Amino acid sequence: MSTATALPPPSTLVGRKLPRWTPAALVAGALAIAGVLAVLGPADSIEGFVLWTGSLFLIGQTVASFAVEGGRHARDRLVTSLIYTSFVITVIPLVSVLILTIKNGMARFDSSFFSSSLRNIAATNAGGGAYHALVGTIEQVLIATAFAVPVGIFVAIYLVEFGTGGFARTVSTFVDVMTGLPSIVAGLFILSFWILALGQGYSGFAGALALAILMLPIVVRSTEEMLRLVPDALREASYALGVPRWKTIVRIVIPTALPGIVTGVMLGVARVAGETAPVLLVTFGTNSINTDPFSGPQSSLPLFVYQQAGLPNQVAIDRAWTGALTLILFVMLLNLAARLVTYFWRARMGR
Amino acid sequence: MSTPRDPTRDRTPAPEGTYPGVPVHEEPEGPPPWDRVVSATDRMPSTGEGPGDEFSRGGRLTGGKSTRFGDRLFRGMSVGSAAFVLVIMAAIAVFLIWKAIPALNANEANFFSYEQWFPNGTPPMFGIAALAFGTVATSILAIIIAVPIAVGVALFISNYAPIRVAQGLGYIVDLLAAVPSVVYGLWGYIYLNDHIKDTSAFLDKYFGWTVILSSNSGVGPYGRSILLASVVLAIMILPIVAAISREVFLQVPTDHKEAALALGATRWEMVRTAVLPYGRPGVISATMLGLGRALGETIAVAMVLSATFTIDWHFLSPGGNTIAANIANQFAEANDTGRGALIASGLVLFVITLIVNFAARWIIARRKEFSGAAS
Repeated sequence: MSTATALPPPSTLVGRKLPRWTPAALVAGALAIAGVLAVLGPADSIEGFVLWTGSLFLIGQTVASFAVEGGRHARDRLVTSLIYTSFVITVIPLVSVLILTIKNGMARFDSSFFSSSLRNIAATNAGGGAYHALVGTIEQVLIATAFAVPVGIFVAIYLVEFGTGGFARTVSTFVDVMTGLPSIVAGLFILSFWILALGQGYSGFAGALALAILMLPIVVRSTEEMLRLVPDALREASYALGVPRWKTIVRIVIPTALPGIVTGVMLGVARVAGETAPVLLVTFGTNSINTDPFSGPQSSLPLFVYQQAGLPNQVAIDRAWTGALTLILFVMLLNLAARLVTYFWRARMGR
Repeated sequence: MSTPRDPTRDRTPAPEGTYPGVPVHEEPEGPPPWDRVVSATDRMPSTGEGPGDEFSRGGRLTGGKSTRFGDRLFRGMSVGSAAFVLVIMAAIAVFLIWKAIPALNANEANFFSYEQWFPNGTPPMFGIAALAFGTVATSILAIIIAVPIAVGVALFISNYAPIRVAQGLGYIVDLLAAVPSVVYGLWGYIYLNDHIKDTSAFLDKYFGWTVILSSNSGVGPYGRSILLASVVLAIMILPIVAAISREVFLQVPTDHKEAALALGATRWEMVRTAVLPYGRPGVISATMLGLGRALGETIAVAMVLSATFTIDWHFLSPGGNTIAANIANQFAEANDTGRGALIASGLVLFVITLIVNFAARWIIARRKEFSGAAS
């Protein structure tokens, strides 16, 4: 630093800057001091070491920059470092969740997990699987999709193609509000409507109804966004040929927007497949295989994870981790597939 | 209209010579043959009886009532589906109130100020004071932890990261939102709980004087606390707040940013003077949406908290509860009154999240009007 200050600035129009190697030198210095502290005591854990290194680097950089470049650049460097740090902090939990779920989930990631249920398997028993939960999740999500997608697409068509005035604004607002509906409230609604008021039993179908309510706004929003991207010129061309309005929507607008709609549906499925709270209230859960979604309690994968995690036995917790791993794989694959659909669609449209 | 003349859009007679060689078209009397096909950018002369005003909406094709059967059917189904959304929202309120009333009538305690939860007892006594306290405490703490980091991440992706990788990094943050809450619950309960104990001990030692960052005894036990629930919630809402903030920051006009840089601003000064003021309403509404999500989160909180029914300001001690988590915990053992009591608490949660969400939408809508007027 002293050498830098001793040199005359090359031009009076350019402020003095820290040499390019400064950050690297500061990191090395911070690492060295933190290493000494780790030996002496205060920074003896990995977290402590990282925290000390980071803090020392930030202080060192700010002081050096303040001395050479002045206060404005010191602040700029400090904020830049903090913003990079915030991204790292955000990624840490994701990495941690993924690593732990894979590590702990592999213990039971075997064929019996996907082929057997928990019938007659107590919490203390090893073995058992999530076949019953997988069946439940697949059936419930499919039924929910069958309800939410057609209604959702029609709502989106209304908002884009027909809706004007106060009613459309009201619907749009309530779709937004529905997006923020807590999942447990959707479950309570189906509980009080379907089970308590209509006197129906706990069933997978009731769970599917609750999931459909949660899925509906996601489908509406993504479909609406995609329909709005369809150029008006396409609609006008169709009308100019004398094609009726409904046929224009069915044959021109929706096919154009289809990949986007599919993406939205996949994201919606991924969201509701991981929902536990509504399913907990209205399907009741069971340890046996129940392939009939319309009668009798049914389990689902998130519910399986929740119930197994609540048991105080390691074998049950292992099952919970494997269930969580299965769930994450399913959700991530759906997300990835949705991204790929969008990506290839964009590429095609770009050509 | 400055764009080239388009005879299907423009109804006024073409000035002579617009299309060389094409005879001037005589506009027929009455409605045009292409009937309802009208571009939104055109203004229909209002005849008093025609649906002229309907055509003046911005940016899309709209039309009047068609006489075709298929069109009527299609329109009917769309309107019906749209109305269905409103019906569901109304039904949620109606059925929750209906099924909550018997339990509220049987309740011998004050629903809003009583802290304990004995709906199955005789007489049934339950109240949401402790639950509401825990819900608000965990959510606000989660917001305090998450929002600064989320804004940092949003700035990182929109203004700091190299453009080539920014989208991919944004996708990584979005993946955080895709992880199901039950997985966060499991992770928080088994893994993070062990790690937060050390942090809690540290906080208790140096910041115990703030009361909220202390435990009951001052020396532990720690873990399964409101702090843990808040951290898990913060991780869950961070991607939501970050995604919305990012979208807003990306909309900041490049002119504003370049103007700031041209005046010699450093990058941070550019962000402070151009990006943040423009994005502030978006960040606020993103925060509100995150708050709504945190208030309603159930399973993750139910898994990490060891449920208690007291209002305790020592956020590092085990204990605490939230409305949503309590519903998940108590449901299996609830009788008729118990279920009614849980539905009543769910109704309170519904109303709170409704207010928060409406407030967030209102802020967004106001910003839209504002920026629309400015551009």
